[in-house]
Amino acid sequence: MNDNENSSNATGFWRRVWDLYADGFRRMTVGRSLWLLIAVKVLIFFGVLRLFFFPNVLKERYDSDAERAEAVRSALTAPRQDVDSVHVKLLNINTDE
Amino acid sequence: MNDLVGLVDWSRAQFALTAIYHWLFVPLTIGLALIVAVMESIYYRTGQARWKGITKFWMSLFGINFACGVATGLILEFEFGTNWSNYSWFVGDIFGAPLAIEGLLAFFMEATFVAVMFFGWNKVSRGFHLASTWLTALGVTLSALWILVANAWMQYPVGMEFDPDQMRNVMSDFGAVVLSPVAINKFFHTVFSGWTLGGAFVVGVSCWLLWRKRNERAAISSVKVGGWVGLVGLLLTLYTGHGSAVEVSRVQPMKLAAMEGLYRGEQGQGLVGFGLVNPDKEIGDDKPGVLCEVSIPHGLSFLANGDFDSFVPGIEDLIDGYEIERDGHTIVSLPYADRIEAGRVAQEALRDYGLARQTGDTAAMKVASKALAQNFEYFGYGYFDDPKDAVPPVGITFYAFRFMVIFGGALLLVFALALLRAYNRLPKLTAGCWVLWLGMLGLPMVWICSESGWVVAEVGRQPWVIQNLMPTIAGISDISAGSVQLTFWIFALIFTLLLAAEVSIMLRYIGRTSLKDIESPDAA
Repeated sequence: MNDNENSSNATGFWRRVWDLYADGFRRMTVGRSLWLLIAVKVLIFFGVLRLFFFPNVLKERYDSDAERAEAVRSALTAPRQDVDSVHVKLLNINTDE
Repeated sequence: MNDLVGLVDWSRAQFALTAIYHWLFVPLTIGLALIVAVMESIYYRTGQARWKGITKFWMSLFGINFACGVATGLILEFEFGTNWSNYSWFVGDIFGAPLAIEGLLAFFMEATFVAVMFFGWNKVSRGFHLASTWLTALGVTLSALWILVANAWMQYPVGMEFDPDQMRNVMSDFGAVVLSPVAINKFFHTVFSGWTLGGAFVVGVSCWLLWRKRNERAAISSVKVGGWVGLVGLLLTLYTGHGSAVEVSRVQPMKLAAMEGLYRGEQGQGLVGFGLVNPDKEIGDDKPGVLCEVSIPHGLSFLANGDFDSFVPGIEDLIDGYEIERDGHTIVSLPYADRIEAGRVAQEALRDYGLARQTGDTAAMKVASKALAQNFEYFGYGYFDDPKDAVPPVGITFYAFRFMVIFGGALLLVFALALLRAYNRLPKLTAGCWVLWLGMLGLPMVWICSESGWVVAEVGRQPWVIQNLMPTIAGISDISAGSVQLTFWIFALIFTLLLAAEVSIMLRYIGRTSLKDIESPDAA
């Protein structure tokens, strides 16, 4: 098999892959509603919820992993005399700094 | 105090809501993927066009469920970073590695072969198409493997070392994490329960078609495949369920005690067949944990240890600590008061380690590190003031376990009768509508059974987010309860809409699929 034949076979393969997807999408019936559903869902999840409601708390509040580790150490090793003090410490860990 | 209780409760409620909704879709994807692959294999072997039609019909329902369920699990990852930041940091790369493998291997495998499965009819060879369908089923199953490995680690943390410098757990033995007996058992139990759910779905929808006298021949063929897959899946689920009980008794005995409402255990402990949780029961009093109890003698001892006369500890035994002889070994369970003490020592040591690290005092770091390592096993107990804080909600765990078992048992009957009906082996009197109704009833039953299993596993392990190392109260982020409450309701709305969309699209699709679509799929 020479180089031209190899190149032509490779092109043929990718052409068939392209046709598979193009024809598949063209002939969809139920699939159209499903793709719309997926698109809307992903948009809401990533474009709204992730962006505005679900920040990564440690990444947003601290600049380095070392700072994040220290913040978690403070939160997890607060001196605990009673439940209330644990709660207060856990809640105020960031405002203390 | 109220703020934190509110924050923890709302965060837990939000995680439970999203996981429960996610779990409505996942087992159906696992089960239907296998059933579709089996159906296509029959088509491949027989060459009959009607089997191609049947395969395409169920494949479309698989696609609808797949589309509605895809990405719903991502929400859980959002929640880790926002609501559970201490926990997310603490677990380190234990979660990251399995989830990365899931993303790279399983997801791309699914995505590639799902396309061939749906678009490849008459474009690729029958053999390649069949292989793609089986590989999709394998990809779906592998996806489940990695998330279940991560979940199993939370229930039985192994294969890691805690690094006090990074304040996170570092994976030291990938094999121990992936091949932990809890992970293996959890994986098979979950996958087989997915087969059961897929089988019950196919039987239920087919029974509806038979009841409406539509596409009856295809419906009967579907009942045969769905019924067998469901029946085999259910029997394997029961078998691995026994394995789960053995593992739970070994690594989470408090969960097992809660599942049984057992406060004081004994040798030859019975299994509660029927009973009501006593709402007035307090730890340490003489009241029974379960009222109106009907027990299977020695059942729990056998279920937990494979030995009818073995000792099974109850909640109070665990709190007080106990020592028993089993198989020539002495098993010592440390009293919870001592565990709390050890946990506090570990936490003190971790704090001292941090202070010594700041001042560069290596000798003090070494001392603190040693004390931490010696007591790390009980690290999480240090957050409790009272041993009672380590007891899970008994009522929910007890009843969820019974729902799972009762509905699981009833499904055996559903599959058996549906198969007998499909093979015309029922006497005429019993071949009527009620068998079809029973098949349709299997639909809600199987989901209740599946979700109850999830509740047993996840509520029963409370108050731990990581067994013995981190309770939920310590894993939480410093955020406002109000923001979690708001997103809880947003999720409730979105997921309810998604579910409504799924049911509506499925019903429309089932309703409009004609006999011609199934019997002559290429002409339709």
